[in-house]
Amino acid sequence: MAVAVPGAGTEKHEHGSPPGSNYLNAQSGVWSWLTTVDHKRIGIMYLVSTLIAFALGGFFAILVRLELFTPRKTIMSPHMYNQAFTLHGAIMVFLFIIPSIPGSLGNFFLPIMIGAKDVAFPKLNLLSLYLYWIGALFALSSLVLGGLETGWTFYVPYSSTTSGAVIAVTFGAFILGFSSILTGLNFIVTMHKLRAPGVGWYRMPLFLWATYSTAVVQLLATPVLAITLLLLIVERAFHIGIFDPALGGDAVLFQHFFWFYSHPAVYIMILPGFGLISEIIATHSHRKIFGYKAIAFSSLAIALIGFLVWGHHMFVAGQSELAAVIFSFLTFLVAIPTGVKMFNWISTLWRGSISLRTPMVYAIVFLFLFAIGGLTGLFLGMLGTDMHLHDTYFVVAHFHYVMMGGTVIAFTGALHHWWPKMTGRMYNETLGRVSAVTMFIGFNMTFFSQFILGSRGMPRRYYNYLDQYQPLHQFSTVGSWVIGLAFLFVLYNLLASLRSGAKAPDNPWGGMSLEWQTATPPPTENFLTTPKVLHGPYDYSNDPKGTGGSDS
Amino acid sequence: MSAVTHDAGHTAGHDSPIGPPDPSKHSPDFDVAHHFDTADQQFDAGRMGIWLFLVTEILFFGGLFCAFFIFRSWYLESFVEAHHHLDKVMGAINTMVLIFSSLTMALAVRSAQVNDKKKTVAFLAVTLLCAAAFLVVKYFEYTHKIHEGLLPGKWFAGHGFHTAHPGMFFSVYFMMTGIHGLHVVIGIGLILWILIRANRGEFSQRYYAPVEGVGLYWHLVDLVWIYLFPLLYLVG
Repeated sequence: MAVAVPGAGTEKHEHGSPPGSNYLNAQSGVWSWLTTVDHKRIGIMYLVSTLIAFALGGFFAILVRLELFTPRKTIMSPHMYNQAFTLHGAIMVFLFIIPSIPGSLGNFFLPIMIGAKDVAFPKLNLLSLYLYWIGALFALSSLVLGGLETGWTFYVPYSSTTSGAVIAVTFGAFILGFSSILTGLNFIVTMHKLRAPGVGWYRMPLFLWATYSTAVVQLLATPVLAITLLLLIVERAFHIGIFDPALGGDAVLFQHFFWFYSHPAVYIMILPGFGLISEIIATHSHRKIFGYKAIAFSSLAIALIGFLVWGHHMFVAGQSELAAVIFSFLTFLVAIPTGVKMFNWISTLWRGSISLRTPMVYAIVFLFLFAIGGLTGLFLGMLGTDMHLHDTYFVVAHFHYVMMGGTVIAFTGALHHWWPKMTGRMYNETLGRVSAVTMFIGFNMTFFSQFILGSRGMPRRYYNYLDQYQPLHQFSTVGSWVIGLAFLFVLYNLLASLRSGAKAPDNPWGGMSLEWQTATPPPTENFLTTPKVLHGPYDYSNDPKGTGGSDS
Repeated sequence: MSAVTHDAGHTAGHDSPIGPPDPSKHSPDFDVAHHFDTADQQFDAGRMGIWLFLVTEILFFGGLFCAFFIFRSWYLESFVEAHHHLDKVMGAINTMVLIFSSLTMALAVRSAQVNDKKKTVAFLAVTLLCAAAFLVVKYFEYTHKIHEGLLPGKWFAGHGFHTAHPGMFFSVYFMMTGIHGLHVVIGIGLILWILIRANRGEFSQRYYAPVEGVGLYWHLVDLVWIYLFPLLYLVG
């Protein structure tokens, strides 16, 4: 399927840059990376940083599951257990899943996909990365400063009364928020102002519509988190009484503020994943995506409705019944654009010439897992069933199906999809597929059992549990080892490709979007001349040879 | 208004009415960054970036305003009683100082757009003085409050209140005015920065984006105060 692209091929030799010069070897040395303003290098640094965070968060997940192997103490004390699940959640949310896809793949591919040389504010982009690192240092300082036992949500009164490094971690999250805001701002301006000639809004790949919707949420929701965390820090340090009921404050106000950010943030986490799936499915089934505009606008719709559903986290927190009913209704509304996406992806597969390469296998895994994750969300959005399922393992399973079965699987698939473009190397296809299937099995072992546990009444975050839950807990723990194994496969496969992988052609999958029309790895300036785009990113039927139009 | 001026200045810079403008010839008096094709594109991107940033600021303060309204409705009598401890005269003076500084800031942007370096520098200097004056007045207000024991939280030692939770008003007051004050301090730094650049003659009718950007930020800082003053000092 490796289709040579005449446009890119000829361009390479016509212009000034020395042959073989690309963003990786144009400059060398650690300093050249730390001071770069090249969006691709910043993307790679985000990728490495967020994957390290993912490994650390995963390590804590393995510890949590190990502790739950027996109903009583297995390997750690109750306080250690609280710290382990808090750090697992905080690291995965703030250091991995929110910054990961926009920071790494978004940074790397957004400018290329619109034919731009860089994002609108390259120095601001580097600042975002540095803020990420500084925020991460604060957040991780809790490892040596006495830990954190509040859960990743920092609920008052846990965060105002428990000991530990609450201020350090929340201040870290505050800084990470600014990193996220600046990335979102940069992306919105880039998409508005830097599209190359011929790249109309409807010629942007769907990943960019998803990134745009994400950026809107990052921009509008994160400032509310910032002020909330700031108030929390001042509350804890000086007891000013905004959130502490003993001083006249309101603990539920914290929940409102927190979820006003953190529910939209759920869409910061999943929308980029949706975008990636659109790219993978269209490219690997070589078919014009079904319902381009429907997918594009459903991303925006999810982002906008997502602002109005935060109350569904508080159905049992003493909210008025009327508010609960409205929030429940709005929650169901989100299912509509999400369903639109699912049906469009499946319709794209229909009669496509599907090649079951690694990214496509991951995309299919995504469709199954995300469907389960999305549908179980409806159980929790329903007021009656939520009373029973609230704060049980059912909730844990639900959001892991969405966040991990959705976003992480999409991210891993997209990493395989774009790995050749980013690194110039091909990985082992068989091992890639094996990793996807292993992950699918391990994931369902770990989390489907938790649906059953939750529906039988096992509460989340408990250190001890009744003996009757032990078989399912043990099955889940064994599943976590299978997931770990699958990620080791991925890690080995990708690292081995850097050492000994075959050189990647410019367009290994015969893709139509702009990133496949430039050299592999891309030159520093992305395209040697500003490309003129004459077709959409998925116009496979119009162009059976799969050639790009960047030179015409 | 500024867009019109900008466009007029920009058209004059075109080398040729057809074909893509060559960035190197197009902009003799300032650099267009490598990733922009034209000065126009760079200017528009910068302006949009500033506006989006201001949106985040509004949401940031929005959380505080929300907390204010909730606690005001919970502890209405206490808020009414506590707000009499604020100095309305000082608040009013500060309000006028900031509104005047908004005017001088707008005039500074206008002067930069019409190539009047002397006036740009002068108006920016007046704006800077107003910002400093605001902080001086705030300093006297804060020291007076601290003297009366009205600093909130663990320091609160106010007495003579007849309602429950009198500290809540001062918690909200100090958070809101404190964060606003921080924005004034940042504004002083930014105004100083463009003042120095204006003095070096870096701005002209073809390049005044930083003046306009800082100006927009400063107007927002004023705008927040214009809401803070009646809500905290006046509403009884």
